[in-house]
Amino acid sequence: MTGISALGFDLILAALILGAGLFAITVRDLFGAVVFFIVYGVFVAIAWLRLGAIDVALTEAALGAGLTGVLLIGAVARLSRVTTPAGNNTSDEMRRPPAGARLASMVVAGSISGVLGWAFLSLPDSTGLRDAVADNLAVSGSANPVTAVLINFRGWDTLLESVVLLAALVGLWSLARDRDWGRRAGLRQHARPGGVMATFGRLLPPFGLLLGVYLVWAGSSYPGGAFQGGTVLAAVWLLIMMAGLMPVPRMVSVGLRAVLVAGPLVFLGIGIAGAMAGTFLGLPPTYAKPLILTIEAALTLSIAATLALLVLGTPDPSP
Amino acid sequence: MILSLALVALVAVPLLAALLAVVVPRRGALIALLGVAGIATALVVLVPALVRQGVLSLSIGGWNAPLGITLRLDGLGLAFLSMVATVMAAVLVSARPQFAARAGSGETRSQWAFWPLALLLWSALNVAFLSRDLFNLYVALELLTVAAVALVAIEGKAGSLAAGLRYMMFALAGSLAYLLGVALLYAGHGTLDLTLLAAQGIGSGRSGGTAAADLIAAGLITAGLAVKTALFPFHAWLPPAHSGAPAPASAMLSALVPKASFLILIRLWFEALPELASPVLLTLLGALGAAAVLFGSVLALRQSRLKLIVAYSTVAQIGYLFLVFPLAGGDSFAQPWAAGAWTGAVFQALSHGLAKAAMFLCAGVWIIAVGHDRLDGMRGLATATPMTAFAFALAAVSLVGLPPSGGFTAKYLMLTSAFASGQVVWGAVLVVGGLLSAAYLYRPLALAFAKADTPTFAPVSRRLQLVPLLLALAAITLGLASQTPFSLIQIGRPASAVEGLE
Amino acid sequence: MITSATIFGLCGAALIGLGLYGFVTQVHLLRRLLAFNVIGSGIFLLFGATAARTPTGATDPVPQALIITGIVVALAATALGVGLVLAYVRISGKACLPEDADTIDGGPHPSSHEDPPE
Repeated sequence: MTGISALGFDLILAALILGAGLFAITVRDLFGAVVFFIVYGVFVAIAWLRLGAIDVALTEAALGAGLTGVLLIGAVARLSRVTTPAGNNTSDEMRRPPAGARLASMVVAGSISGVLGWAFLSLPDSTGLRDAVADNLAVSGSANPVTAVLINFRGWDTLLESVVLLAALVGLWSLARDRDWGRRAGLRQHARPGGVMATFGRLLPPFGLLLGVYLVWAGSSYPGGAFQGGTVLAAVWLLIMMAGLMPVPRMVSVGLRAVLVAGPLVFLGIGIAGAMAGTFLGLPPTYAKPLILTIEAALTLSIAATLALLVLGTPDPSP
Repeated sequence: MILSLALVALVAVPLLAALLAVVVPRRGALIALLGVAGIATALVVLVPALVRQGVLSLSIGGWNAPLGITLRLDGLGLAFLSMVATVMAAVLVSARPQFAARAGSGETRSQWAFWPLALLLWSALNVAFLSRDLFNLYVALELLTVAAVALVAIEGKAGSLAAGLRYMMFALAGSLAYLLGVALLYAGHGTLDLTLLAAQGIGSGRSGGTAAADLIAAGLITAGLAVKTALFPFHAWLPPAHSGAPAPASAMLSALVPKASFLILIRLWFEALPELASPVLLTLLGALGAAAVLFGSVLALRQSRLKLIVAYSTVAQIGYLFLVFPLAGGDSFAQPWAAGAWTGAVFQALSHGLAKAAMFLCAGVWIIAVGHDRLDGMRGLATATPMTAFAFALAAVSLVGLPPSGGFTAKYLMLTSAFASGQVVWGAVLVVGGLLSAAYLYRPLALAFAKADTPTFAPVSRRLQLVPLLLALAAITLGLASQTPFSLIQIGRPASAVEGLE
Repeated sequence: MITSATIFGLCGAALIGLGLYGFVTQVHLLRRLLAFNVIGSGIFLLFGATAARTPTGATDPVPQALIITGIVVALAATALGVGLVLAYVRISGKACLPEDADTIDGGPHPSSHEDPPE
């Protein structure tokens, strides 16, 4: 696409993003709002492609739209199950502030958008750290600049980020009821043997597994990486569990917990070993490539497990 | 070599301990104590080194900023790290009776979750005190928020879940504002490092045509951090969140968590963007702080539950911290009093941390003794638990700002600065706030020391009573021996903290 | 000159306002989490657009890495938030917060703090 047609495409895409976002915010039906949110995420992922950020596009599609969408759909389903028909009093929940307050919020929100847009336009063009990254890419152990930043230059961010995921899961599990402790996480699944779910559960995982592993492997040279690959693997695992082909693990399983901490632990361990050798989280250029692959493999495993369990949530009360 | 290892240990030890506490069932308490030992060792190594060599820096991964992330230990950071380590040690010891696994029984939910959450909270705090990278600080703040929200909700009751949700909504809004500001700063200046941003002289006219975007960015970051620090009028979430958690969690939430975002705010304005500060902004922050002092104190007076009084007192005490902006920036040009105000605010943060943790742990002791924390049940508690009553009284001395305590040193420095530089209004706020805090802390103390007809209290172990006393004594010692922390805080102090902002 | 970066940067700014409107006016907690995610992706889009405004068109990879981190962190927060909402709904039957910020019975015994001070 060049010139005018590309601009036209971008304008239409921006309009679609805004439209889907508007519906996701304003549609009265909660399930509909979540569906619009997923559609919105897909459009945003395309916008990332247009901005030349393929890694972000993959992440937005997998996590922003995909997994967040599944999480919210699951939440809506559970909400409708938990609230009894009598207690299903949506008048409170759908209550809106009076029109005056809504109008005031609209004006404030609109002006904030305006100010931000103006600030955005006022920024001078800059190349940021592009050249600094390019200059050091050769010794980073990865040919993909985004992966080089994520695992090497700013590996400390990524390590902490994997810990944030773990912290969210610990926090989520701490919301289980005391009597549910030790049970299997998440919804009780009832996939009929031979049903659609079970068939999908049998057919898709091999492909998903392959795609996930490929994304991690490719991430060191091409777009992809631990978070995108981990998300695909999480989806595969969720599918297998939903199809009833594999039981959901128990929250108290030490093996499961070992998988959850493996990624941060390996990352931190390599970091501390580096500190002993002189540089915390330092990846010496000669070993950088195998070290990055080791870190990514361990991270992928932990991220996949953590994401899947974050989506499954706490055990539902037994019927 | 040993120094950089000790510096790494400050962030790696609590992380490692948290990961272990997730995996190993029923050993959380032991792992947490090992973590305390590790941090204590690292601090013992680092204090003399800092005094000898000055500021210590570490480029993570060997990548210097702007490409990489820098950890830097200065006197300010070390003071906060030490205060947090003291409070965490006390909290983790006090949490054992409630959260340590009992012999012969299986793992329970809260006995598992408490330890990793507390250790993750500690990790996040230490990263927030050491990192100089604005985005890395964002990740640390998110880790802090996730752990803190989970601790607010750990009792699992409707009230604590609602408090956790309300806290989370505020914290998420704050995160977004902070993140947006950081993005704009990076877009304009190509770096996230506070020191490199300072070198660009943002706001001085040397930094090119991004002045408007810089102001918006700094405003967004400041607003986000103010929400996370629970500055008035963003304080509504704090009292229910801090008072609804179990006592050891309350102590961490109230004494420690707001300090992370406050320290980042101090570093942002005094280290990175001193020339961007305008009198309007400084006065606004000071006015919100003053409003917090008055509003929080008056509401604390009106509570009839001890933990709510102590929680509202946090709203007021946080207000004092923000007086540093007008006092150390101030109307008077090139004033010599800025340094005193800056040091006073740091003392206020440190002594509030120690005293507030002591108070919440005292409340925990009394809840065990009485069964609830309503004031009407406190009559005669001093006879039954003299050590706790004494601890609460000592902590109150520091919060009110009576000599000799850390709180006194703080208020003395800030008051001197206010009156000497002619900023009488802020001085009046300090005085009135002190009187109000004496009033709201007098009520529980008077009841505890009152004679009771039929005192029937459950027994409380001496160790649980001793811990808050030690914390309160530490708050007093901070004032008695204020010279050592005073000179420590000055190591690596930014120039603008001496000369004033603007 | 108008480029993709300009369009999506402004689109991001608009999304921030849109999400903010939802966050402020909605009381249903799941909807507020959804609005939070809209604001978040608006911020990321704005940030990503600034990185794509280079004269040559080659983008700065650092914001991309930061945005990936940000998306993961936002998911973690959303997952914990959803868990909190569901746990709260299970107990209270409501998916919105009680209006009065100070009404809470988090203590070991039901609160009586609204009694007049003695």
